[in-house]
Amino acid sequence: MKLTDLPDSRGHFGPYGGIFVAETLMAALDELRVEYEKARQDPAFKAEFEYELKHYVGRPSPVYHAKRLSEQYGGAQIFLKREDLIHPGAHKINNTIGQALLARRMGKKRVIAETGAGQHGVASATVAARYGMECVVYMGAEDVIRQAPNVFRMKLLGATVVPVSSGSKTLKDALNEAMRDWVTNVESTFYILGTAAGPHPYPMLVRDFQCVIGRECITQMPELTGRQPDVVIACVGGGSNAIGIFHPYIPFEGVRLIGVEAGGSGIASGRHAAPLSAGTPGVLHGFRSYLMQDENGQIIETHSVSAGLDYPGVGPEHSYLKDAGRAEYVAINDDDALAAFHDLCRYEGIIPALESSHAVAHAKKLAPTLGRDQIILVNLSGRGDKDIDTVAKLSGITL
Amino acid sequence: MSRIGQTFIALKAHNKKALIPFITAGDPGKGLTVPLMHALVEAGADIIELGVPFSDPMADGPVIQRASERALANKVGLRDVLAMTAEFRKINTTTPVVLMGYANPVEHMGYETFAQAAKEAGVDGVLTVDIPPEESHGVADVFKAAGLDPIFLLSPTTPESRVEQVVAAAGGFIYYVSLKGVTGSANLDMDEVAQKIAMIRAHCSLPVGVGFGIRDAATAEAVARIADAVVVGSRIVSEIETAPEGEVINRVRTLVQDLRRGVDAASK
Repeated sequence: MKLTDLPDSRGHFGPYGGIFVAETLMAALDELRVEYEKARQDPAFKAEFEYELKHYVGRPSPVYHAKRLSEQYGGAQIFLKREDLIHPGAHKINNTIGQALLARRMGKKRVIAETGAGQHGVASATVAARYGMECVVYMGAEDVIRQAPNVFRMKLLGATVVPVSSGSKTLKDALNEAMRDWVTNVESTFYILGTAAGPHPYPMLVRDFQCVIGRECITQMPELTGRQPDVVIACVGGGSNAIGIFHPYIPFEGVRLIGVEAGGSGIASGRHAAPLSAGTPGVLHGFRSYLMQDENGQIIETHSVSAGLDYPGVGPEHSYLKDAGRAEYVAINDDDALAAFHDLCRYEGIIPALESSHAVAHAKKLAPTLGRDQIILVNLSGRGDKDIDTVAKLSGITL
Repeated sequence: MSRIGQTFIALKAHNKKALIPFITAGDPGKGLTVPLMHALVEAGADIIELGVPFSDPMADGPVIQRASERALANKVGLRDVLAMTAEFRKINTTTPVVLMGYANPVEHMGYETFAQAAKEAGVDGVLTVDIPPEESHGVADVFKAAGLDPIFLLSPTTPESRVEQVVAAAGGFIYYVSLKGVTGSANLDMDEVAQKIAMIRAHCSLPVGVGFGIRDAATAEAVARIADAVVVGSRIVSEIETAPEGEVINRVRTLVQDLRRGVDAASK
């Protein structure tokens, strides 16, 4: 089977993925799978999705040659896929538009979502307002504090934000709570899952909606440079921006794909969020994938300066691409991500999301090892306005 | 025949229904689980459901989630739960024990290793909430081969077309989750539950237990009139949570005796 043909009909990417949920959700997931199959074959659905991406979101997002940054880093030329420029500031909207259109097709008037950094929450609240749906967003209580601007944005957009105080009070606990809401309100509610993870068909449909990123690059890179890049780099939390840019590039065998996980205080410290770099396979949140877990199979609390990467699992397709050797996965520590954040501010006039800064930081390491004629394409998955409080605090500044 | 199967046959012979209380292993303390299990039996439990703590209990409500968090704070893992069951078996060799939990701790130990260890410890059935038959890929067979009954859930959202598939993989009894929602949710519609159970029985010769939403003798009696077994979880765990130190076992015993009276009233 070709890498691009996955998942199989039951959502498996080799040993990964699948549907590991309680019985109450089985029928809802089956309904979603059937409805999505119909939708993807419906030209009207595709046309509406594309219309919305163009006229509401502002796609295609540009690819930009970061010349000053490339010069500063020395070596390969760095290009940025500017997902930070689309409405409302990150790649997450590609997926929420797709899922909201599905929800409308299925007659669901209420949508729920989980969020870490708040980007997916904002993207969900945005589409709920756009299509006139009720929206409830679950967010870890710790994230509610460190991402206060996004919480207010969601409220402005009419969403209800529910802080989740169980467990580690971060993304994984928000996901648990969203699943609980769904299991209780399964007939009236559509769960807009924010990353290419969770039970089938979510990893597949989120990937499909996000693949617009990579497809655009495949057209844009030859226009700009006459060819495809040598390396594509993207940050990986759950992994939706990464799979969105990687997947269309899988058949381009000369293109190296590198996913960057959150190294937190360093892999050796144990305080990180890098399951592909330092985890083992297991089952969480409805699917099998690499996980951060202890010797009893309990999920370990993760640590990252970036709330959006602070997750102990990873989308199943990334686990498969790692084992198959088609993509490489590395970890970048908080400090290096912050340095890259400042680099992009000062050399290019772009304030990137802390998540995306991890990808830039790896480009900083890799570029000097490559020739000046080589090309690195970094997926700049979101903008960093939401992170200025965090960065100020780390710099000892009170806003 | 398994201890679970024998238990249901013996109950039927006496025209009685099964009472299946649930507690989370390691809650409120590591040393209290085995004494609590014996107290449950003395108070009238026919089968004990022992929760394996997990860090991310997605299908549970806040009451059982907090129990899981307390047990994890007491450093209770799957191996400890097996050791507790073995300890219980030193005195009680007749009451079936069903482990209820999530896939990952079992997957991490390895399904075959777990199945052997569980059988040796005296476990009779295993319910992994987040492994539906579609994903069991022989897991149910591994359990059966080791002499463990794989318990599966059916829910109000299960279409009739799926029931047979679930039943084919199942052993011991069928656990009908009587409500949409997580554990600890409220208010049962008995007519609806009765209709669903009739549908399940048409496809299934295994005994059918009902859980979710049973909180006192009256609801236990109502469920016992239509099901073969009454499963009570959150109500008992909540009693454990709120009982003053030193009073936990007495409070649980009183509550389970009351539930027993309710279940038995259905047979009169």
